[in-house]
Amino acid sequence: MADVLERVSKIVVDRLGVDASEVKPEASFKEDLGADSLDVVELVMELEDEFELEISDEDAEKIATVGDVVNYINSKN
Amino acid sequence: MLNGKSVLVTGASRGIGRSIALYLAQKGAKVAVNFSGSEAKANEVVKEIQNAGGEAFAVQADVSNGESVTNMVKQVIETFGSLDVLVNNAGITRDNLMMRMKEEDWDAVMNTNLKGVFLCTKAVTRQMMKQRSGRIINIASIVGVSGNPGQANYVAAKAGVIGLTKTTAKELSSRGITANAVAPGFIETEMTEVLEENVKQEMMKVIPLSRFGQTDDVAAAVAFLASDESGYITGQTLHVDGGMVM
Repeated sequence: MADVLERVSKIVVDRLGVDASEVKPEASFKEDLGADSLDVVELVMELEDEFELEISDEDAEKIATVGDVVNYINSKN
Repeated sequence: MLNGKSVLVTGASRGIGRSIALYLAQKGAKVAVNFSGSEAKANEVVKEIQNAGGEAFAVQADVSNGESVTNMVKQVIETFGSLDVLVNNAGITRDNLMMRMKEEDWDAVMNTNLKGVFLCTKAVTRQMMKQRSGRIINIASIVGVSGNPGQANYVAAKAGVIGLTKTTAKELSSRGITANAVAPGFIETEMTEVLEENVKQEMMKVIPLSRFGQTDDVAAAVAFLASDESGYITGQTLHVDGGMVM
């Protein structure tokens, strides 16, 4: 669990250029972390690569917060 | 000019697409030659490029079919290791006066000429976004700007392509990807060969440069838009029409 959050956090920090302390489960990509729609699409792409899974467009649309991502990945493993 | 760039040209077995494939290869690009049905002709294009010392391979796909397009793009990226330029060229005509145009003729042209551009663009976006660079070049038509009797389906699709080009340009600009359209006028190809002589003569009257275009006229414009030199141009429609529409 912690491992997933850690890996997700690293990607978010790299991609969005935010401080690691801001990447909390409740943080919204768009509202709190300054991502635009394209950033979120790219984030999903990178998560797919990192966790070797395919995130469908329907599922990707539901992802809004860091916690959403962690829960999604845990549900797939 | 295009040394080492990997390019996918749809509908490249014949006509303008064939010229584009050959021209870009001549400028140093590695070319994936897409075809839908004309495998033998596509192989000829590949052979011609290889004989000249270039790199190319043929790849089958129906651009109006999402799965087919995804597989094609995957194959191109696996073969070349990157995808720098997409040329959406595949197109068909089903001309008729609107009153006589069948619904299936409308759908067929829309599916290949407009939906095909959407599907191919969508399929390459992921790779180009990762690369932080890319060129998408859509072959529209001057009739998409001016309108043309007897081509309601074709004109609507090509006008759609111009709009789609602008949106593509705006959506992807922040990732180093440009999108432009090339709008050929009257180019001598199999597609225009079938037109009647009097129609051709009428067209000649409205071409300021007083000649029909050659496929290489279009290919040269595409090569420019595919090059690094065109990096500050996006969302534009370049008319290659002898001045027909200004």
